Amino acid sequence: MDQHDHAHAHDTHAPIEDREELTYYEKRTWAIQALLVEKGIITADEIRRQIETVEAQTPADGAKMIARAWVDPEFKARLLRDAKAAVAELGVDSGEAPVLVAIENTPKVHHVVVCTLCSCYPRALLGLPPDWYKSLNYRSRVVVDPRGVLKEFGLELEPDVEVRVYDSSADMRYLVIPERPAGTEHMREAELANLVTRDSMIGVTKARAPQQQAEIKAAAPA
Amino acid sequence: MGDLSELMSASRGDIPSDTVEEMTMAAKFRLGDRVRVRVGSPPGHFRTPAYIQGKTGVIEGLHGTFPNPESLARGGDGLPTQFLYLVRFDQTHLWQRYPTSLQDKLLIDIYEHWLESAS
Amino acid sequence: MERRVHDRGGWPDAGPIDRAEHVYTMWERRTDAIRGVLGAKRLIRTDELRRAVESIELSPYEQLSYYERWIVAIEALLIEKGLLTREEIDRKMEAWVTCRS
Repeated sequence: MDQHDHAHAHDTHAPIEDREELTYYEKRTWAIQALLVEKGIITADEIRRQIETVEAQTPADGAKMIARAWVDPEFKARLLRDAKAAVAELGVDSGEAPVLVAIENTPKVHHVVVCTLCSCYPRALLGLPPDWYKSLNYRSRVVVDPRGVLKEFGLELEPDVEVRVYDSSADMRYLVIPERPAGTEHMREAELANLVTRDSMIGVTKARAPQQQAEIKAAAPA
Repeated sequence: MGDLSELMSASRGDIPSDTVEEMTMAAKFRLGDRVRVRVGSPPGHFRTPAYIQGKTGVIEGLHGTFPNPESLARGGDGLPTQFLYLVRFDQTHLWQRYPTSLQDKLLIDIYEHWLESAS
Repeated sequence: MERRVHDRGGWPDAGPIDRAEHVYTMWERRTDAIRGVLGAKRLIRTDELRRAVESIELSPYEQLSYYERWIVAIEALLIEKGLLTREEIDRKMEAWVTCRS
Protein backbone atom coordinates (compact mmCIF):
# COMPACT_ATOMS: atom_id res chain seq x y z
CA MET A 1 0.00 0.00 0.00
CA ASP A 2 1.60 3.24 -1.10
CA GLN A 3 -0.55 5.78 0.64
CA HIS A 4 -0.21 6.66 4.24
CA ASP A 5 -3.39 6.70 6.15
CA HIS A 6 -2.76 9.20 8.88
CA ALA A 7 -5.96 8.19 10.56
CA HIS A 8 -4.17 5.03 11.65
CA ALA A 9 -3.10 4.87 15.26
CA HIS A 10 0.10 6.84 15.40
CA ASP A 11 1.97 3.96 16.96
CA THR A 12 1.95 1.97 13.72
CA HIS A 13 3.99 4.68 12.04
CA ALA A 14 7.58 5.59 12.60
CA PRO A 15 8.51 6.11 16.22
CA ILE A 16 8.34 9.65 17.50
CA GLU A 17 11.32 9.21 19.76
CA ASP A 18 14.01 8.51 17.17
CA ARG A 19 16.27 11.42 16.44
CA GLU A 20 19.03 9.32 14.93
CA GLU A 21 18.97 6.34 12.65
CA LEU A 22 17.44 3.27 14.27
CA THR A 23 19.25 -0.04 14.16
CA TYR A 24 18.11 -2.86 11.92
CA TYR A 25 16.48 -4.68 14.82
CA GLU A 26 14.74 -1.60 16.13
CA LYS A 27 13.18 -1.10 12.72
CA ARG A 28 12.29 -4.76 12.58
CA THR A 29 10.46 -4.45 15.90
CA TRP A 30 8.44 -1.54 14.53
CA ALA A 31 7.57 -3.51 11.42
CA ILE A 32 6.48 -6.51 13.46
CA GLN A 33 4.39 -4.43 15.85
CA ALA A 34 2.77 -2.54 12.98
CA LEU A 35 1.81 -5.78 11.25
CA LEU A 36 0.48 -7.36 14.43
CA VAL A 37 -1.69 -4.30 15.02
CA GLU A 38 -2.89 -4.13 11.39
CA LYS A 39 -3.91 -7.76 11.54
CA GLY A 40 -5.79 -7.22 14.78
CA ILE A 41 -3.59 -9.65 16.69
CA ILE A 42 -2.66 -7.00 19.25
CA THR A 43 -3.58 -3.36 19.73
CA ALA A 44 -1.30 -0.38 20.25
CA ASP A 45 -3.24 0.24 23.44
CA GLU A 46 -2.35 -3.16 24.83
CA ILE A 47 1.31 -2.45 24.17
CA ARG A 48 1.07 0.92 25.86
CA ARG A 49 -0.67 -0.56 28.92
CA GLN A 50 1.89 -3.32 29.17
CA ILE A 51 4.73 -0.80 29.08
CA GLU A 52 3.02 1.17 31.85
CA THR A 53 2.47 -1.93 33.98
CA VAL A 54 6.13 -2.87 33.77
CA GLU A 55 7.27 0.70 34.41
CA ALA A 56 5.28 0.68 37.65
CA GLN A 57 7.28 -2.30 38.93
CA THR A 58 10.33 -1.12 40.85
CA PRO A 59 12.60 -2.42 43.62
CA ALA A 60 10.60 -0.27 46.06
CA ASP A 61 8.01 -3.05 46.16
CA GLY A 62 10.60 -5.62 47.14
CA ALA A 63 12.14 -3.23 49.66
CA LYS A 64 8.74 -2.80 51.31
CA MET A 65 8.55 -6.57 51.86
CA ILE A 66 12.04 -6.72 53.33
CA ALA A 67 11.48 -3.81 55.71
CA ARG A 68 8.27 -5.38 56.97
CA ALA A 69 10.04 -8.72 57.41
CA TRP A 70 12.74 -7.00 59.45
CA VAL A 71 10.32 -5.42 61.90
CA ASP A 72 7.71 -8.18 62.04
CA PRO A 73 9.02 -11.72 62.65
CA GLU A 74 5.63 -13.26 61.96
CA PHE A 75 5.42 -11.54 58.60
CA LYS A 76 8.91 -12.79 57.85
CA ALA A 77 7.81 -16.34 58.69
CA ARG A 78 4.86 -15.97 56.33
CA LEU A 79 7.11 -14.50 53.63
CA LEU A 80 9.44 -17.48 53.91
CA ARG A 81 6.59 -19.95 53.88
CA ASP A 82 4.50 -18.44 51.04
CA ALA A 83 5.96 -15.33 49.49
CA LYS A 84 3.15 -14.75 46.97
CA ALA A 85 0.53 -14.59 49.72
CA ALA A 86 2.70 -12.45 52.01
CA VAL A 87 3.43 -9.99 49.22
CA ALA A 88 -0.30 -9.71 48.49
CA GLU A 89 -0.89 -8.79 52.16
CA LEU A 90 1.06 -5.57 51.53
CA GLY A 91 -0.87 -4.83 48.37
CA VAL A 92 1.84 -5.81 45.92
CA ASP A 93 0.94 -7.84 42.85
CA SER A 94 3.50 -10.60 42.44
CA GLY A 95 2.53 -10.72 38.80
CA GLU A 96 3.01 -13.64 36.50
CA ALA A 97 5.78 -15.30 38.47
CA PRO A 98 4.28 -18.73 38.94
CA VAL A 99 6.07 -19.14 42.24
CA LEU A 100 7.88 -16.58 44.36
CA VAL A 101 10.27 -17.84 47.03
CA ALA A 102 11.99 -15.69 49.63
CA ILE A 103 15.38 -16.88 50.91
CA GLU A 104 16.96 -15.38 53.99
CA ASN A 105 20.51 -14.18 54.52
CA THR A 106 21.96 -14.53 58.02
CA PRO A 107 25.39 -13.75 59.46
CA LYS A 108 26.42 -17.29 58.54
CA VAL A 109 24.54 -17.88 55.27
CA HIS A 110 24.63 -15.64 52.22
CA HIS A 111 22.43 -16.25 49.17
CA VAL A 112 22.93 -14.97 45.64
CA VAL A 113 20.59 -15.57 42.69
CA VAL A 114 21.23 -16.09 38.98
CA CYS A 115 19.56 -17.60 35.94
CA THR A 116 22.40 -19.24 34.02
CA LEU A 117 20.14 -20.38 31.17
CA CYS A 118 18.44 -17.06 30.43
CA SER A 119 17.42 -14.20 32.76
CA CYS A 120 14.62 -15.32 35.08
CA TYR A 121 14.13 -12.62 37.69
CA PRO A 122 11.39 -11.61 40.19
CA ARG A 123 10.32 -8.65 38.03
CA ALA A 124 7.11 -7.91 39.87
CA LEU A 125 9.11 -7.20 43.04
CA LEU A 126 12.27 -5.69 41.56
CA GLY A 127 11.32 -4.22 38.19
CA LEU A 128 13.33 -4.96 35.07
CA PRO A 129 16.67 -6.66 35.74
CA PRO A 130 19.96 -4.78 35.40
CA ASP A 131 22.05 -5.54 32.31
CA TRP A 132 24.74 -7.25 34.34
CA TYR A 133 22.28 -9.84 35.69
CA LYS A 134 21.44 -10.83 32.10
CA SER A 135 25.07 -10.72 30.96
CA LEU A 136 26.92 -13.81 29.77
CA ASN A 137 29.76 -13.12 32.21
CA TYR A 138 27.54 -13.00 35.29
CA ARG A 139 25.67 -16.11 34.24
CA SER A 140 28.93 -17.92 33.68
CA ARG A 141 30.93 -16.84 36.70
CA VAL A 142 28.59 -16.51 39.66
CA VAL A 143 27.99 -20.26 39.83
CA VAL A 144 31.66 -21.24 39.60
CA ASP A 145 33.21 -18.30 41.51
CA PRO A 146 30.51 -16.56 43.55
CA ARG A 147 32.98 -15.03 45.99
CA GLY A 148 34.99 -13.57 43.12
CA VAL A 149 31.84 -12.06 41.66
CA LEU A 150 30.71 -10.70 45.03
CA LYS A 151 34.13 -9.12 45.44
CA GLU A 152 33.61 -7.29 42.12
CA PHE A 153 30.43 -5.91 43.67
CA GLY A 154 32.39 -4.83 46.73
CA LEU A 155 31.36 -7.63 49.07
CA GLU A 156 33.90 -9.90 50.74
CA LEU A 157 32.63 -12.67 52.95
CA GLU A 158 34.48 -14.61 55.63
CA PRO A 159 35.36 -18.24 54.86
CA ASP A 160 33.04 -19.46 57.61
CA VAL A 161 30.03 -17.89 55.87
CA GLU A 162 28.24 -20.38 53.63
CA VAL A 163 27.61 -18.89 50.20
CA ARG A 164 24.56 -20.42 48.52
CA VAL A 165 24.03 -19.72 44.83
CA TYR A 166 20.49 -20.28 43.53
CA ASP A 167 20.21 -20.96 39.80
CA SER A 168 16.62 -20.16 38.77
CA SER A 169 16.20 -22.96 36.26
CA ALA A 170 12.44 -23.43 36.51
CA ASP A 171 9.33 -21.47 37.54
CA MET A 172 10.55 -20.35 40.94
CA ARG A 173 11.59 -16.73 41.25
CA TYR A 174 13.92 -16.18 44.16
CA LEU A 175 14.01 -13.02 46.28
CA VAL A 176 16.79 -12.60 48.82
CA ILE A 177 15.94 -11.18 52.25
CA PRO A 178 19.17 -9.35 53.07
CA GLU A 179 20.35 -9.14 56.67
CA ARG A 180 19.12 -6.18 58.64
CA PRO A 181 22.09 -3.83 59.06
CA ALA A 182 23.45 -3.11 62.52
CA GLY A 183 22.51 0.18 64.18
CA THR A 184 19.00 0.30 62.71
CA GLU A 185 17.01 -0.61 65.82
CA HIS A 186 15.56 2.88 66.10
CA MET A 187 14.53 3.18 62.46
CA ARG A 188 10.96 3.18 61.21
CA GLU A 189 9.81 0.78 58.51
CA ALA A 190 9.84 3.39 55.73
CA GLU A 191 13.41 4.41 56.62
CA LEU A 192 14.45 0.76 56.70
CA ALA A 193 13.02 0.26 53.23
CA ASN A 194 15.40 2.95 51.95
CA LEU A 195 18.35 0.78 53.00
CA VAL A 196 17.18 -2.16 50.90
CA THR A 197 18.73 -1.96 47.44
CA ARG A 198 17.82 -3.98 44.39
CA ASP A 199 21.28 -5.55 44.44
CA SER A 200 20.85 -6.69 48.04
CA MET A 201 17.66 -8.52 47.03
CA ILE A 202 19.58 -10.33 44.29
CA GLY A 203 22.32 -11.06 46.79
CA VAL A 204 25.36 -9.43 45.19
CA THR A 205 25.58 -6.89 48.00
CA LYS A 206 24.29 -6.41 51.51
CA ALA A 207 21.67 -3.81 52.40
CA ARG A 208 23.05 -0.33 53.04
CA ALA A 209 24.26 0.58 56.47
CA PRO A 210 22.60 3.68 57.98
CA GLN A 211 25.93 5.47 57.68
CA GLN A 212 26.09 4.80 53.92
CA GLN A 213 22.49 5.92 53.50
CA ALA A 214 23.24 9.18 55.35
CA GLU A 215 26.24 9.81 53.07
CA ILE A 216 24.10 9.25 49.98
CA LYS A 217 21.47 11.67 51.23
CA ALA A 218 24.08 14.26 52.08
CA ALA A 219 25.60 14.00 48.63
CA ALA A 220 22.28 14.26 46.81
CA PRO A 221 21.54 17.57 45.10
CA ALA A 222 19.27 19.80 47.17
CA MET B 1 5.56 -35.01 57.20
CA GLY B 2 5.40 -31.67 58.94
CA ASP B 3 8.59 -30.52 57.24
CA LEU B 4 7.34 -31.68 53.85
CA SER B 5 4.14 -29.69 54.24
CA GLU B 6 6.11 -26.58 55.17
CA LEU B 7 8.22 -26.89 52.07
CA MET B 8 5.29 -27.63 49.82
CA SER B 9 3.32 -24.63 50.94
CA ALA B 10 6.44 -22.49 50.66
CA SER B 11 6.31 -23.16 46.97
CA ARG B 12 2.68 -23.40 46.10
CA GLY B 13 0.81 -21.21 48.52
CA ASP B 14 -2.62 -22.12 49.65
CA ILE B 15 -2.98 -25.81 48.88
CA PRO B 16 -5.38 -28.05 50.78
CA SER B 17 -3.46 -30.51 52.92
CA ASP B 18 -4.89 -33.62 51.25
CA THR B 19 -3.57 -32.33 47.92
CA VAL B 20 -0.19 -31.73 49.52
CA GLU B 21 -0.17 -35.34 50.62
CA GLU B 22 -1.19 -36.54 47.16
CA MET B 23 1.53 -34.46 45.60
CA THR B 24 4.25 -35.59 47.98
CA MET B 25 3.13 -39.17 47.47
CA ALA B 26 3.50 -38.58 43.74
CA ALA B 27 7.12 -37.51 44.30
CA LYS B 28 9.69 -40.20 43.70
CA PHE B 29 12.26 -38.59 46.00
CA ARG B 30 12.10 -37.33 49.56
CA LEU B 31 13.90 -34.59 51.43
CA GLY B 32 17.46 -35.59 52.11
CA ASP B 33 17.64 -38.21 49.33
CA ARG B 34 20.90 -38.32 47.41
CA VAL B 35 20.30 -37.98 43.68
CA ARG B 36 22.42 -37.93 40.57
CA VAL B 37 21.57 -35.69 37.63
CA ARG B 38 21.27 -37.57 34.33
CA VAL B 39 23.53 -36.69 31.46
CA GLY B 40 21.96 -35.77 28.16
CA SER B 41 21.40 -33.27 25.41
CA PRO B 42 17.97 -34.10 23.96
CA PRO B 43 16.96 -32.20 20.81
CA GLY B 44 14.99 -29.07 21.61
CA HIS B 45 14.61 -27.20 24.85
CA PHE B 46 15.46 -28.48 28.33
CA ARG B 47 16.32 -26.82 31.64
CA THR B 48 19.14 -28.95 33.06
CA PRO B 49 22.41 -27.07 32.69
CA ALA B 50 25.56 -28.93 31.62
CA TYR B 51 27.49 -27.96 34.75
CA ILE B 52 25.29 -30.13 37.01
CA GLN B 53 24.76 -33.06 34.67
CA GLY B 54 26.32 -36.21 36.06
CA LYS B 55 26.72 -34.59 39.48
CA THR B 56 25.36 -35.84 42.78
CA GLY B 57 23.36 -33.71 45.18
CA VAL B 58 20.74 -33.84 47.92
CA ILE B 59 17.01 -33.10 47.74
CA GLU B 60 16.53 -29.86 49.67
CA GLY B 61 12.95 -29.05 48.68
CA LEU B 62 9.84 -30.40 47.02
CA HIS B 63 8.14 -27.81 44.80
CA GLY B 64 5.25 -29.92 43.54
CA THR B 65 4.23 -30.89 40.02
CA PHE B 66 4.63 -28.63 37.03
CA PRO B 67 4.04 -28.87 33.29
CA ASN B 68 7.10 -30.15 31.45
CA PRO B 69 8.90 -27.20 29.80
CA GLU B 70 10.38 -29.51 27.16
CA SER B 71 6.86 -30.13 25.86
CA LEU B 72 5.67 -26.53 26.28
CA ALA B 73 8.63 -25.27 24.27
CA ARG B 74 7.40 -27.24 21.24
CA GLY B 75 3.87 -25.89 21.62
CA GLY B 76 2.81 -29.02 23.47
CA ASP B 77 0.52 -29.29 26.46
CA GLY B 78 3.26 -29.86 29.04
CA LEU B 79 2.02 -33.33 29.90
CA PRO B 80 2.87 -35.48 31.65
CA THR B 81 3.60 -33.06 34.47
CA GLN B 82 6.86 -33.58 36.30
CA PHE B 83 7.69 -33.29 39.95
CA LEU B 84 10.12 -30.45 40.55
CA TYR B 85 12.80 -30.54 43.24
CA LEU B 86 15.23 -28.08 44.75
CA VAL B 87 18.54 -29.94 44.70
CA ARG B 88 21.61 -28.89 46.69
CA PHE B 89 25.20 -29.50 45.57
CA ASP B 90 28.53 -28.91 47.28
CA GLN B 91 30.48 -26.43 45.20
CA THR B 92 33.67 -28.42 45.86
CA HIS B 93 31.97 -31.37 44.13
CA LEU B 94 30.88 -29.31 41.10
CA TRP B 95 34.14 -27.51 40.37
CA GLN B 96 37.64 -28.96 40.44
CA ARG B 97 39.29 -25.75 41.60
CA TYR B 98 36.78 -24.68 44.23
CA PRO B 99 38.64 -24.13 47.53
CA THR B 100 38.08 -27.27 49.58
CA SER B 101 37.99 -25.35 52.86
CA LEU B 102 34.74 -23.62 51.90
CA GLN B 103 31.24 -24.97 52.67
CA ASP B 104 29.57 -23.17 49.77
CA LYS B 105 26.56 -24.67 48.00
CA LEU B 106 24.76 -24.47 44.67
CA LEU B 107 20.99 -24.94 44.61
CA ILE B 108 18.93 -25.46 41.50
CA ASP B 109 15.44 -26.60 40.51
CA ILE B 110 15.44 -29.91 38.63
CA TYR B 111 12.60 -31.94 37.12
CA GLU B 112 12.19 -35.52 38.30
CA HIS B 113 12.85 -37.16 34.94
CA TRP B 114 16.37 -35.76 35.07
CA LEU B 115 17.15 -37.35 38.43
CA GLU B 116 18.06 -40.85 39.51
CA SER B 117 18.71 -42.25 42.96
CA ALA B 118 22.33 -42.09 44.10
CA SER B 119 22.03 -43.72 47.51
CA MET C 1 29.19 -33.25 26.13
CA GLU C 2 27.73 -30.75 23.73
CA ARG C 3 26.95 -27.44 25.36
CA ARG C 4 24.17 -25.24 24.02
CA VAL C 5 24.73 -21.54 23.31
CA HIS C 6 22.57 -20.38 26.19
CA ASP C 7 23.89 -22.85 28.77
CA ARG C 8 26.32 -20.45 30.37
CA GLY C 9 26.96 -21.70 33.90
CA GLY C 10 30.72 -22.16 34.16
CA TRP C 11 31.29 -21.16 30.52
CA PRO C 12 35.08 -20.80 30.15
CA ASP C 13 36.94 -17.52 29.66
CA ALA C 14 34.17 -15.33 31.02
CA GLY C 15 35.48 -11.88 31.83
CA PRO C 16 34.70 -9.12 34.33
CA ILE C 17 31.10 -8.10 34.78
CA ASP C 18 30.14 -4.70 33.39
CA ARG C 19 28.14 -3.25 36.26
CA ALA C 20 27.20 0.01 34.54
CA GLU C 21 23.54 0.87 34.98
CA HIS C 22 21.75 1.56 31.78
CA VAL C 23 18.36 3.12 31.44
CA TYR C 24 16.06 0.93 29.37
CA THR C 25 15.39 2.50 25.96
CA MET C 26 11.90 2.90 24.57
CA TRP C 27 12.66 0.22 22.02
CA GLU C 28 13.63 -2.27 24.73
CA ARG C 29 10.47 -1.55 26.68
CA ARG C 30 8.44 -1.93 23.53
CA THR C 31 10.03 -5.29 22.65
CA ASP C 32 9.46 -6.41 26.22
CA ALA C 33 5.84 -5.33 25.95
CA ILE C 34 5.28 -7.13 22.64
CA ARG C 35 6.46 -10.29 24.32
CA GLY C 36 4.24 -9.60 27.33
CA VAL C 37 1.11 -8.97 25.27
CA LEU C 38 1.68 -11.99 23.03
CA GLY C 39 2.28 -14.06 26.16
CA ALA C 40 -0.88 -12.84 27.87
CA LYS C 41 -2.83 -13.87 24.77
CA ARG C 42 -1.16 -17.28 24.90
CA LEU C 43 0.17 -16.75 21.38
CA ILE C 44 3.79 -17.23 22.46
CA ARG C 45 4.67 -19.15 25.60
CA THR C 46 7.74 -18.30 27.68
CA ASP C 47 9.13 -21.79 27.02
CA GLU C 48 8.73 -21.31 23.27
CA LEU C 49 10.52 -17.98 23.43
CA ARG C 50 13.38 -19.59 25.33
CA ARG C 51 13.54 -22.40 22.78
CA ALA C 52 13.68 -19.90 19.93
CA VAL C 53 16.41 -17.82 21.62
CA GLU C 54 18.40 -21.02 22.26
CA SER C 55 18.19 -21.83 18.55
CA ILE C 56 20.23 -18.75 17.63
CA GLU C 57 23.71 -19.66 16.38
CA LEU C 58 26.61 -19.14 18.77
CA SER C 59 28.17 -16.09 17.18
CA PRO C 60 24.97 -14.03 16.82
CA TYR C 61 23.87 -15.20 20.29
CA GLU C 62 27.00 -13.63 21.73
CA GLN C 63 26.96 -10.52 19.54
CA LEU C 64 23.30 -9.57 19.65
CA SER C 65 22.04 -7.59 22.59
CA TYR C 66 19.53 -9.14 24.96
CA TYR C 67 16.42 -7.65 23.31
CA GLU C 68 17.82 -8.20 19.84
CA ARG C 69 17.86 -11.91 20.67
CA TRP C 70 14.26 -11.59 21.78
CA ILE C 71 13.02 -9.88 18.65
CA VAL C 72 14.83 -12.44 16.48
CA ALA C 73 13.13 -15.18 18.49
CA ILE C 74 9.73 -13.49 18.44
CA GLU C 75 9.93 -13.06 14.67
CA ALA C 76 10.90 -16.72 14.19
CA LEU C 77 7.98 -17.87 16.34
CA LEU C 78 5.42 -15.60 14.67
CA ILE C 79 6.51 -16.98 11.30
CA GLU C 80 6.55 -20.56 12.60
CA LYS C 81 3.00 -20.14 13.86
CA GLY C 82 1.83 -18.65 10.58
CA LEU C 83 0.86 -15.32 12.15
CA LEU C 84 3.25 -13.31 9.98
CA THR C 85 5.50 -14.08 7.02
CA ARG C 86 9.11 -13.04 6.51
CA GLU C 87 8.14 -11.38 3.24
CA GLU C 88 5.57 -9.10 4.76
CA ILE C 89 7.95 -8.08 7.55
CA ASP C 90 10.62 -7.30 4.93
CA ARG C 91 8.09 -5.34 2.87
CA LYS C 92 6.97 -3.39 5.92
CA MET C 93 10.53 -2.45 6.70
CA GLU C 94 11.15 -1.30 3.14
CA ALA C 95 7.97 0.75 3.09
CA TRP C 96 8.94 2.36 6.37
CA VAL C 97 12.41 3.25 5.14
CA THR C 98 10.89 4.76 2.00
CA CYS C 99 8.48 6.80 4.07
CA ARG C 100 11.28 8.08 6.27
CA SER C 101 13.48 9.37 3.43
